[in-house]
Amino acid sequence: MPDVQPLVSEFVLKLKRRKVEGSHAVARQTAELLRSVVSQHRMGSTNQAAALADAIRSVGEQLISANPIELAVGNIVRRVLHIIKEEDISSTAVGIEGLSVTVDSDDEYDSGNDDHPTLSAAVLASHARNALRAPSLQTLLDDIPVSTALSRSASSTGDSDGKTGDKSLKTRKLKHDVIAAIGDLIEEIDTCYDQISEQAVELIHQNEVILTLGRSRTVKEFLYAAKEKKRSFRVFVAEGSPRYQGHVLAKELVEKGVQTTVITDSAIFAMISRVNMVIVGAHAIMANGGVIAPVGMNMVALAAQKHAVPFVVVAGSHKLCPLYPHNPEVLLNELKSPSDLLDFGEFSNCMNFSTQDGTPLLNVVNPTFDYVPPKLVSLFVTDTGGHSPSYMYRLISEYYSADDLVVQRKSTS
Amino acid sequence: MDLRRPPRSTSGGVEPKIRQVGFVTPDVSAPTEPAAVGAAPAPQSGTAVGSPTASDLAPGSLSPVMIPPPLHADHLSPDSPSPAASDAILASSAPQPSSMRFDAASELGEDDSRSLAPSAGELEANKGDLAGDSASIPQKQKTSKAERRAIQEAQRAAKAAAKEAGLSGKSTGAASGANPAISKQAKLAKTSQKKDVPHAASTVGSEKKISERLPERDRKKDAPHPRMQFDDVHRVEKAKKRAIVNQSEARNRVELFRHLPQYVHGTQLPDLESKFFQLEPIHPSVYKVGLQYLSGEVSGGNGRCIAMLLAFREAIKDYSTPPNKTLSRDLTAKISSYVSFFIECRPLSISMGNAIRFLKNRIAKLPLTLSESETKVSLQTDIERFINEKIVVADQVIVSHAITKVRDDDVLLTYGSSSVVEMILNYAHELGRKFRVIVVDSRPKLEGQGLLRRLVAKGINCTYTHINAVSYIMHEVTRVFLGASSILSNGTVYSRVGTASVAMVAHAFGIPVLVCCEAYKFHERVQLDSICANELGDPDVISKVPGRADLGHLKNWADNENLQLLNLMYDATPSDYVSMIITDYGMLPPTSVPVIVREYRKEHLWV
Repeated sequence: MPDVQPLVSEFVLKLKRRKVEGSHAVARQTAELLRSVVSQHRMGSTNQAAALADAIRSVGEQLISANPIELAVGNIVRRVLHIIKEEDISSTAVGIEGLSVTVDSDDEYDSGNDDHPTLSAAVLASHARNALRAPSLQTLLDDIPVSTALSRSASSTGDSDGKTGDKSLKTRKLKHDVIAAIGDLIEEIDTCYDQISEQAVELIHQNEVILTLGRSRTVKEFLYAAKEKKRSFRVFVAEGSPRYQGHVLAKELVEKGVQTTVITDSAIFAMISRVNMVIVGAHAIMANGGVIAPVGMNMVALAAQKHAVPFVVVAGSHKLCPLYPHNPEVLLNELKSPSDLLDFGEFSNCMNFSTQDGTPLLNVVNPTFDYVPPKLVSLFVTDTGGHSPSYMYRLISEYYSADDLVVQRKSTS
Repeated sequence: MDLRRPPRSTSGGVEPKIRQVGFVTPDVSAPTEPAAVGAAPAPQSGTAVGSPTASDLAPGSLSPVMIPPPLHADHLSPDSPSPAASDAILASSAPQPSSMRFDAASELGEDDSRSLAPSAGELEANKGDLAGDSASIPQKQKTSKAERRAIQEAQRAAKAAAKEAGLSGKSTGAASGANPAISKQAKLAKTSQKKDVPHAASTVGSEKKISERLPERDRKKDAPHPRMQFDDVHRVEKAKKRAIVNQSEARNRVELFRHLPQYVHGTQLPDLESKFFQLEPIHPSVYKVGLQYLSGEVSGGNGRCIAMLLAFREAIKDYSTPPNKTLSRDLTAKISSYVSFFIECRPLSISMGNAIRFLKNRIAKLPLTLSESETKVSLQTDIERFINEKIVVADQVIVSHAITKVRDDDVLLTYGSSSVVEMILNYAHELGRKFRVIVVDSRPKLEGQGLLRRLVAKGINCTYTHINAVSYIMHEVTRVFLGASSILSNGTVYSRVGTASVAMVAHAFGIPVLVCCEAYKFHERVQLDSICANELGDPDVISKVPGRADLGHLKNWADNENLQLLNLMYDATPSDYVSMIITDYGMLPPTSVPVIVREYRKEHLWV
């Protein structure tokens, strides 16, 4: 544990200082960091999964509090916790002979077959999902038998060397499985663009006019894929002040031969009547299907709704957050420096004025994110396919467990 | 004789040549006041409702394809711009009342004055020009002036005879004449305008006779002229020949906006400055104002209009009638040439267009008995009065209305920089109301920064943000005040680009949107979206972000044929986003704008 602390502190510092930004980079680095945490964690003899989960939780708590707005951090932490739980269930299902939730393939586990650890875990996970769905007596009892079953098996197998061998095998297996699963998660994060882009041909046909705001790498790959398949379309790129990333996207699209027109954000309403589809990226997708997106997106979504233009959000599944957005404009938003909007040198004389109670007369508001309610979104295109906003909550139960919503270090009993 | 057919109307035998399309409910859409239209349609409307067939089409009833005649003939004064089009149909080259033609010329002069003779010296040359022009209707151009006069007199007599049959007959005749020629209208109107100016000679005396005839024709021709469309290469070439400013068309033009002019910026100003002392026909104050438009020093509907009118006042002061010319015609031609110069500097705003129409109307209505100096003084006072009444006092009236809508603890949002809204905020602050202002701004003009500076200097508590953050800031706002460049007849607010987005977000949050606009800016045009009519600004300012040297991604955008930059200046806000319009006539809903345009403009605006 102490070995990873410098790594953790370094990452926490990077998050705090906003040196690493963007869901993809953050998610990837978080996953790698947690993988190192797992690999360097010393597994105890009993209650390994719980201890491992606890270690992850303590690290996760630090990471999330470093940048609460960067929801990808929390997503990955919760994903890892869910992975641990799933892998644990698969391995405890082996140990418990009494419970009948296991399938026959588990018997192969006894032989110490390390060739397909993840496969069996996935099969078991689907069974475990039955247990995860609702807090029933069975799930409550599941937690208790985990430790007792192990101790029972430990005591009952004291006479057999094979069983103790199994236990150490199980120890290594859990860690190994978890590390492998986290590796899969990292790969999933990296390859989400390819899977999303495969769906581009289904959405973009001929002579389409597409509008986008700012620059999203997912959208860029999406449009590239459509261009590869020789679909004819033109793109209106709104520049997306105050970062003006739209300029970068326009340049990239033009290099691929896409007809691009750069417009100002104020002209979005004027142009949207001639647009067939709006395709944008997201910073995060919340549990109700709402979208946290770069500032200005709500205006685009409202304009698209007014003109009955489909509003398509493309995002990788690592952006799916199990939290419900309460007051997202305030709580899930960040105000950046006013110097993006006003040149301080020109307006320094305005700063001299103040009201009677001393507060400055001039306030500058520069929010980073915007919230788009689910009713304005037509379609989510993720690496698991296309979904409507009302479906997104189901995906959450697939990736996250219900008791991980608040990542807090549980007091050891 | 077919006894089954109902008796024909008593219109004097002029049947409409239109074919009825779709269903007709003439008694609903036809004028219901019997006094206005006459007895003829009333009995027939009953029959027409029952069986809407072509044979039952009563001359006074309306089909969906016809433009309905206006309700009140007596309200119309003879300075509607549209009769020129009907002139084209009836007697395209006949001498016509100068008032009608000047208004028509001015109407077109806003956008198409390239086709008008720019200076007095070219008036005679035009006659020769016209012979070679527009080969589509050569036969009409070649009739001499006397012949055209004769044709017009004959038609006038015919009309007078038909007048006894009832007003409906005239509208029928006019309507029937209107419909088949509507397609040719644009072409004829444009080519006939060129002849109108030189042939306005002896028409001042015939004004009175024509003015009786005008109300009937005015009634159906209230539709404004179509403006010059720049995707017609032939027209653009012709216009370029008469241009004063050398402009080259921009590269990488957005296809959707091919019908709007776009020239390479940056080349016109030095070119014009070098020609400052050479351009004799253009008065120096007019030239100065033109340069101010080009450089962007003077911007904003009111500012541009006032600058233009003051320049015209100076030009009129220095004007002297050349020998063998009448003052009204020559001065109008000069004004038209100045207007075309302004257009080349920057396309006219709607407020400027209305002011030009007013001025030309005043020139046309000058009594002949005044001497030249008296005429000039009268015109100058007219201009000053227009500025005072329609802009200055109107603004004060608007402020007095709007101040009732500013309460204590209000958070007011405004977009860009509108002169009227600034006046309202200043006045409210003077009265001691407690409120704060949110100024929303956008690229590339960043006009809000100027407004912000002025408000903060006055001590008003301000918040500044950019247009993408309207959704974020809107939950704090209680009222939205917006300015407008113009308000069109279908209630659409035509104003700075971005206003529509602000109004839409305010509407989504349930916040009232109040648009403040002087009545002289209203226009009878209609517009559905922001693309049919707009102004294209310099695209280079989009690629350059001031103060951010790292954003040079689009530096050589013109080299790449796939990349276009679009800099729209205006957009059209649909009327359902606007809660109320505050004008000098009071506080109205957006649906009342065509009422103001129709009923009040002609009477009061043109004084």
